[in-house]
Amino acid sequence: MSAVTVTVPRDTAALSVGADDVAAAIVAEADRRGLAVTLVRTGSRGLFWLEPMVEVVGPDGVRHAYGPMTADDVPGLFDADFLEAIDHHPLAHGPTDSIAYLKDQQRLTFARCGVIDPLSVIDYRTHGGFVGLDRALTMAPEAICAEITHGGLRGRGGAGFPTGIKWTTVREAPGPTKYICCNADEGDGGTFADRMLMEGDPFLLIEGMTIAALAVGAREGFVYVRSEYPRAIATLRAAIATAEAEGWLGEGIHGTDRAFHLHVRVGAGAYICGEETAMLESLEGRRGQVRAKPPLPAHEGLFGKPTVVNNVLTLAAVPVILAQGAAFYRDFGAGRSRGTQPFQLAGNIRRGGLVELAFGVRLTDLVHRFGGGTLSGRPVRAVQVGGPLGAYLPGDGLDVAADYETLAETGAMLGHGGLVVFDDTVDMARQARFAMAFCAIESCGKCTPCRIGSQRGVEVIDRIMAGENRAANRAVLDDLCEVMAEASLCAMGGLTPNPVRSALAHFPEDFKRPPTARAAE
Amino acid sequence: MTGRESLAETGQDRDWEMQARARAIVAEHQGQPGALLPLLHAIQAEFGCVEPSVVPVLAEGLNLSVAEVHGVVTFYHDLRHARPGRHVIKVCQAEACQAVGADSLLAHVRRSLGVDRGGTPPDDAFTVDVVYCLGNCALGPTVMIDDVVHGRVTPARFDALADVRRRAAP
Repeated sequence: MSAVTVTVPRDTAALSVGADDVAAAIVAEADRRGLAVTLVRTGSRGLFWLEPMVEVVGPDGVRHAYGPMTADDVPGLFDADFLEAIDHHPLAHGPTDSIAYLKDQQRLTFARCGVIDPLSVIDYRTHGGFVGLDRALTMAPEAICAEITHGGLRGRGGAGFPTGIKWTTVREAPGPTKYICCNADEGDGGTFADRMLMEGDPFLLIEGMTIAALAVGAREGFVYVRSEYPRAIATLRAAIATAEAEGWLGEGIHGTDRAFHLHVRVGAGAYICGEETAMLESLEGRRGQVRAKPPLPAHEGLFGKPTVVNNVLTLAAVPVILAQGAAFYRDFGAGRSRGTQPFQLAGNIRRGGLVELAFGVRLTDLVHRFGGGTLSGRPVRAVQVGGPLGAYLPGDGLDVAADYETLAETGAMLGHGGLVVFDDTVDMARQARFAMAFCAIESCGKCTPCRIGSQRGVEVIDRIMAGENRAANRAVLDDLCEVMAEASLCAMGGLTPNPVRSALAHFPEDFKRPPTARAAE
Repeated sequence: MTGRESLAETGQDRDWEMQARARAIVAEHQGQPGALLPLLHAIQAEFGCVEPSVVPVLAEGLNLSVAEVHGVVTFYHDLRHARPGRHVIKVCQAEACQAVGADSLLAHVRRSLGVDRGGTPPDDAFTVDVVYCLGNCALGPTVMIDDVVHGRVTPARFDALADVRRRAAP
């Protein structure tokens, strides 16, 4: 009998609940029984509630899923002949691609994540990798930029700026030295898509950055990864070394005379370095303080040179646009939001994970149909959309299409696509206070509304929560939010009022509770 | 002030040795553009922290002022000025973990180890920090011990994880 292929993720989330123990138990049990198993460590499929999720490749090549697994479950599964890809076991979920959570998604960016060995170029190419780059190598820079523009790709880091226009600006900027910088400082609470991608399909990011380099005439690039992601850093570094060794990066990309050199730089625990100009300062070796714009980074970016700064998910969407064409990509989506968005379901949620869908899906579908409501089983009271700077929406206000414009109309924003679910035990005054406190901790300190405003915001909310002169303090808080929103230098101070104002608007009762009720909790 | 003058001021063997090792690490990083942050990471990996006595060495090596290097060291949360305990515990306090009880877990961790935020217990085994997001937001509450992330951490699970490390030889 030939060896059966079994996959176990080595993604941080899967490891956090014991994937290594499960992998070791499978190898040991197969050994004990004299059965031949080929263990492949993959990224995660993003069905985190099933992690550690093990897949067995059946004789017909179809993968069957089992999870959530513990090492203790392994002997029982061998007893039930799970190496024959059986589906009659309490932990069996049938063919992985038929699991509704996965089947109902539209995976373009995350098509390979969890499927392939992240560090195998052969796996990557077998699953359609480097097709976009090969096409880009035959195209003029103008044509690559035009393809991205026609594909309708917009920045996935939160701002939603059209990527093709940014690239064209850098391409047209004068001078021989230009840079590609990937912002992998995924600091928003409730987001993990960048991490998953870097750990599960790092060649996709490398391919996207290389295409960007060809499009604008850059020969050097940097990925700025946050230090909180040690496995993503290690995987990316290994992938870069492999890509260089196999002729996909460095001098002479895939047998051409083109060159692109890619470096990984590690952040140091500063949330603000997710702001593009603060990230550039940090890359240059300085305090991560925001720069005034203009000049835009596209004109004067890293070391004063024209620079493309894009998020991981933006760059990772590029290869499919080149491989399948702009028309294919822009057929997904709604309104001016084209393509797909990897949404991240997080917090108090029954089926948390990554859901990639065309823009326009309703938030209620994400939270309830995919997410299954709260983990605690209590009612969904609030959902924070788009990270720490995003609005809190009420549980009964989720019938909203998730695209850039529609969310903006409701006073919310997509951000990096994270949804954090809270049940009815949440105290929204405390969440509003946290938004200000987080801003006070993470402000770069360059502008006064953010640096001082956030500190005053904490104090004012404390007074409101303590029941001191509530009407007057509420007026101060409203003024403070207006000053921060209108006068801050960047989105950190400018958007911190979003969670505060939305908490006040949708959950006013939490700011009116008698202080003794809170103290008793 | 140059590095050499400040070095003469300290006059202690330990500082001399540390500065010599720091100088070797500086030499490895001198050539690259924007070298300071990678250099500081390397220094912290070597010594466990960035002690004030090495700052002049870094400044001299990269042709920066001591004030510039000090400014960078004090800006970033990751960079420490004093050596931490043998194991660094980071308890996530971002929104997704808050939604599943991160605050009560943090209270438990502090109580269980007898430390406050950033504090190190007397046996020097642990330093406890808070962190805002470890990218494990669907499986919280999340705790990172050294470089390893643990999800769905209950108080009992935390105590078990800490015990294993406490019992391990220093």
